[in-house]
Amino acid sequence: MTSVAVPGLQTAFQQSTIDYLAILPLLIVFGAAIVGVLVEAFVPRDRRQIVQVSLAVVGLVAAFVAVIVATGHQGLTMGITDGSTDRRLFALAVDGPALFMQGTILLLGVLGILTMAERLGGVGPDAFTPSGASTPGSAFETNASRAGALTSEVFPLTMFAIFGMMIFPTTNDLIGMFVALEVLSLPLYILSGLARRRRLLSQEAALKYFLLGAFSSAFFLFGTALLYGYSGSFVLGDISKAISAGPIEMNGLLVPGAFLVFVGLLFKVAAVPFHAWTPDVYQGAPTPVTGFMAACTKAAAFGAILRLAYVGLDTGRWEWTNALVVIALLTMVVGSVLSVTQTDMKRLLAYSSIAHAGFVLVGVLAFDSKGIGAVLFYVATYGFAIIAAFAIVSLVRQNGGEATHLSQWAGLGKRYPLVAGAFAFLMLAFAGIPATSGFMAKYAVFSAAVGTGGATGTVLVVVGVLCSAITVFVYARVIVLMYFGDPPADTDNPVEVVVPSVTTTFSIAIGTVITLALGVVPSALLDLADRASQFVR
Amino acid sequence: MQSGMETLSTLANGAGTYAAGALAHDGEAHAATGVSTYAWLLVALPLLGAAVLMIGGRRTEKFGPLLATALSWGAFVVGAIVYISMLGRPTGDRPVNLYLFDWVAAGSFKVSAGMLLDQLSLVFVLLITFVGSLIHVYSLGYMKHDPDKQRFFAYLNLFVASMLLLVLANSYLLLYVGWEGVGLASYLLIGFWQYNPAFATAGNKAFVMNRVGDFGLSIGIFIMFFHFGAVDFSTVFAGAQAVGGVNQGFMTAIGLMLLLAACGKSAQFPLQAWLGDAMAGPTPVSALIHAATMVTAGVYLVVRSGPIFDATPNAQLAVAIVGAFTLIFGAIVGCAKDDLKKALAASTMSQIGYMMLAAGLGPIGYAFAIFHLLTHGFFKAGMFLGAGSVMHGMNNQVDMRRFGGMWAVMKITWVTFGLGFLAIIGLPIFSGFWSKDKIIEAAFVGEGWRPWVFGLVAMIGAGITAFYMSRLFFMTFHGKRRWTDDVHPHESPLTMTIPMMVLAVGSAFLGIILGPTGIITGWLDPVFGVDEAVEEHPVMPATVIMVVTLVLVLAGAALAWLRYLRDEVPVVAPTGSLVTQAARQDLYQDQINEGAFMRPGLHLTRSLVFLDSKGIDGAAGGLAAMVGGSSSRLRKLQNGFARSYALTMLAGVVAILGAVWVIS
Repeated sequence: MTSVAVPGLQTAFQQSTIDYLAILPLLIVFGAAIVGVLVEAFVPRDRRQIVQVSLAVVGLVAAFVAVIVATGHQGLTMGITDGSTDRRLFALAVDGPALFMQGTILLLGVLGILTMAERLGGVGPDAFTPSGASTPGSAFETNASRAGALTSEVFPLTMFAIFGMMIFPTTNDLIGMFVALEVLSLPLYILSGLARRRRLLSQEAALKYFLLGAFSSAFFLFGTALLYGYSGSFVLGDISKAISAGPIEMNGLLVPGAFLVFVGLLFKVAAVPFHAWTPDVYQGAPTPVTGFMAACTKAAAFGAILRLAYVGLDTGRWEWTNALVVIALLTMVVGSVLSVTQTDMKRLLAYSSIAHAGFVLVGVLAFDSKGIGAVLFYVATYGFAIIAAFAIVSLVRQNGGEATHLSQWAGLGKRYPLVAGAFAFLMLAFAGIPATSGFMAKYAVFSAAVGTGGATGTVLVVVGVLCSAITVFVYARVIVLMYFGDPPADTDNPVEVVVPSVTTTFSIAIGTVITLALGVVPSALLDLADRASQFVR
Repeated sequence: MQSGMETLSTLANGAGTYAAGALAHDGEAHAATGVSTYAWLLVALPLLGAAVLMIGGRRTEKFGPLLATALSWGAFVVGAIVYISMLGRPTGDRPVNLYLFDWVAAGSFKVSAGMLLDQLSLVFVLLITFVGSLIHVYSLGYMKHDPDKQRFFAYLNLFVASMLLLVLANSYLLLYVGWEGVGLASYLLIGFWQYNPAFATAGNKAFVMNRVGDFGLSIGIFIMFFHFGAVDFSTVFAGAQAVGGVNQGFMTAIGLMLLLAACGKSAQFPLQAWLGDAMAGPTPVSALIHAATMVTAGVYLVVRSGPIFDATPNAQLAVAIVGAFTLIFGAIVGCAKDDLKKALAASTMSQIGYMMLAAGLGPIGYAFAIFHLLTHGFFKAGMFLGAGSVMHGMNNQVDMRRFGGMWAVMKITWVTFGLGFLAIIGLPIFSGFWSKDKIIEAAFVGEGWRPWVFGLVAMIGAGITAFYMSRLFFMTFHGKRRWTDDVHPHESPLTMTIPMMVLAVGSAFLGIILGPTGIITGWLDPVFGVDEAVEEHPVMPATVIMVVTLVLVLAGAALAWLRYLRDEVPVVAPTGSLVTQAARQDLYQDQINEGAFMRPGLHLTRSLVFLDSKGIDGAAGGLAAMVGGSSSRLRKLQNGFARSYALTMLAGVVAILGAVWVIS
């Protein structure tokens, strides 16, 4: 080991050799975010939007290229080691799942940024209020909007969130995980409160998200403390070793510790009973942000859950599997049952995303590299579909505002066949109909669970299939409504689909095409996900 | 022997190991190299044309038809180049396997999309692209004034692409894609003038009857997957050859299902009823799809699946019986039809019966089935184009009783049609003679009752064919002019007549070039593993068979001459005997279908609907209401207060943690 002392730290702490190429993607995104802050300060207002968007997109694409480069540097962990006791204190693991998740988040991030950048002829991003600090409906806000103010800080905020999301599945220790959790969450709280229209709802959503997020972080920290008490380490590999060697009497620390840490992560993927924030936040947040959260946060959090379950707590599996099985069952059932009575498109998609989180958990509980590959595949495909779906939701308007009530979508298929067709196709993907990526993803997680999940796996799959059947009703109803329903009678203010700029069109097209492509020829990505399913410790 | 033993031992290890067996068997077809690697262009070019024309819509009206025609010829050129490169290789190296991409990889089930370029598929490629391209050219003239012609050409290109995919696929799954593709194109083209309800109904009828056959194909593929664990040709055939008599049940089931599929696509008994109505489509479609290529897909399927049928004599016998029966059935119907195109359709059915019969005779018949398919592709397509030319000149009339004496006004059509006519009745030196005579001869090979039944049926069929074709020819082109007053028949433009001339040349000489020289058998036999050294002897001397057949043919033609040329042809059809009436009604095929399937089917669906609405919907509705009810109740928990949400979380944590603690 060629360890060198880091100046400024106590000499006892030693730093392992850092492979900068391996963490280049993280550095690029972080750098782009910081430059974005500077852009906000120094670039004139009329050019700020274009500069911010290009900076973000270029940064993300460059980071994606760097991820491809980093695949040559897989399988290493790095971090700071306590020289006197040879204990690792902070660790990053650059391995298959981490890189796959990073790549997925980056690509989804590009689509998310492009959707947020939609201006619809205005000066700034259309979905965001011109002045986030103003009281909704106040004269201040009106003036700001009249003066051409714009909220281009959403782009650096998003970049910071993406940075956090990329660390989340990459850290190999609980403290790093917590930091990543907060880094990704804080910008999202702000972004949720910035909606241009229905701002009170948006601010309420942001506050709820923040309060409940803080609550769940507390659970996570408490669990971390208990696990540290049990194993004497934050590093996942060490915890795993401690569990396999540990005395059974100490289970009083291990069982609640493991579960509470999971609670913090399950909150992020919106698993029942930690899901209650989801519909409110998804509904209140600006629609492009909702799509971004639904796709990327879920991917990042599932990456972290996988790492925790397969690296940190794998040896103590018997202690917490049952709890997770119960949560997976609850998530699938509650998510799909509640989606049946939804009348708002965004809430409907929120409950659908809860149900999907349950399906992914089934894959996590397969406890096999096949299950890991299936989960990776699932979150990637779901991300592309949900971003496109929310982008379409943001285009359906009445009176200038988004028309999210289901009744407003009636008869949309007759007047806007292309948009309605794409949305109907995405609905089919969520329902898991063959020839869509949704089918392949569900098939992958379910077959992994049946294959290696044992009896519980089979039970989970049976419930999963039944819940899928329930959700088909929901999605089919939307399709029926769009194609066979009569449009609302109000002819003065018809519901219309606004023509988006090239950026949103691009995200919708890419999301839909990938959903189709991965449904017809899934093997390329399935193979990649399978090959990326090895964790390092 | 060694490899046989190996395959048997892999069999014992269960279905999963078949994939390994397939690799070992790949010795038969090498990986493609050189120009063969561009064979995917064969499908891609016409598919591109279909896409451009469909997406472009009206914008492509000007150049679309020309583009489609050019792309079709492009496919022909690619096919010809691949063919020439294949000629340059020694026989053993000719079949090549072109791997395209991994299509499905689901656990142990892996299918790669790929093309099998062997002698058999190349014959089809050349036939499809050549005749198809000629018909594209013909359609340029025929559809000139149709407002939707770019749509027509898009469908034609779609058809060519699908048909090529069908014959080039190296697995049953990919073949199925092409199979459905041609079905779709056929449906779209039959109902091309869908504003006419009768035509739309004809399209639906073809589609529904084809679905029955398609179901057979999919069930056959399911059984293959269940039994062999794979659906690619090499694995399935290796398995079929290894299984031999061991698993007769499975092999027979697969064979019968494939036969059902073939019956649907090739309009064989009992799924023959759609072909006559399919003549509602534009005539070039009838020529290309419902005479020369698509309807012969069933024959291709049976011949391609030779190893399966060889392993199951029962299914093979069923193929021969179906072929023999349809052969006579079609011929009888053909004798009574006054509609020019429907008579030709009946004849197509009958001729495909010949091919099916040959395919059902086993390896001795495969090459002749394909040979007859080739010659038939030329002469039948030529005659359909001729029929189209006549209709073009006669205001789209099809009643032969209102034709007559056309030879004087449509010289080119008369000559080209005449060559096709001479070919189909099997007059020596013309194409049909060489191929049909070989089938009749092969039908007489064997032991017991079979050679006599099949041989005599094939022989008598030739006589009836001569009768109805002569009747058709004489009524249309000779005799008194029985035209309606408003027609002014004239020769068609060159775009239409040139394809007819080319096809007529094929009708005249293709047989003599390929047949007696042994080219076709020499080309195809390596595919079927036929050893040419072994001579099979018919139960009668070959010369006797030939002479008797010729006598029957001449007798049939003479009878037609007596009745339709020497005697006056009434303008309105006479009542005729009971047999004639039955034949006019297609031997009551529709009535039988209606009585046997449609009415009971209607009653079944009605009672099922009743059961469904009362019983199942009740249960489903109850379940749905339950889900909806619990959904409404659960919704109340979502009350919007962050404090209740936090409480939910806390309660969840406490409850689950408590439960876990109690358990552990």
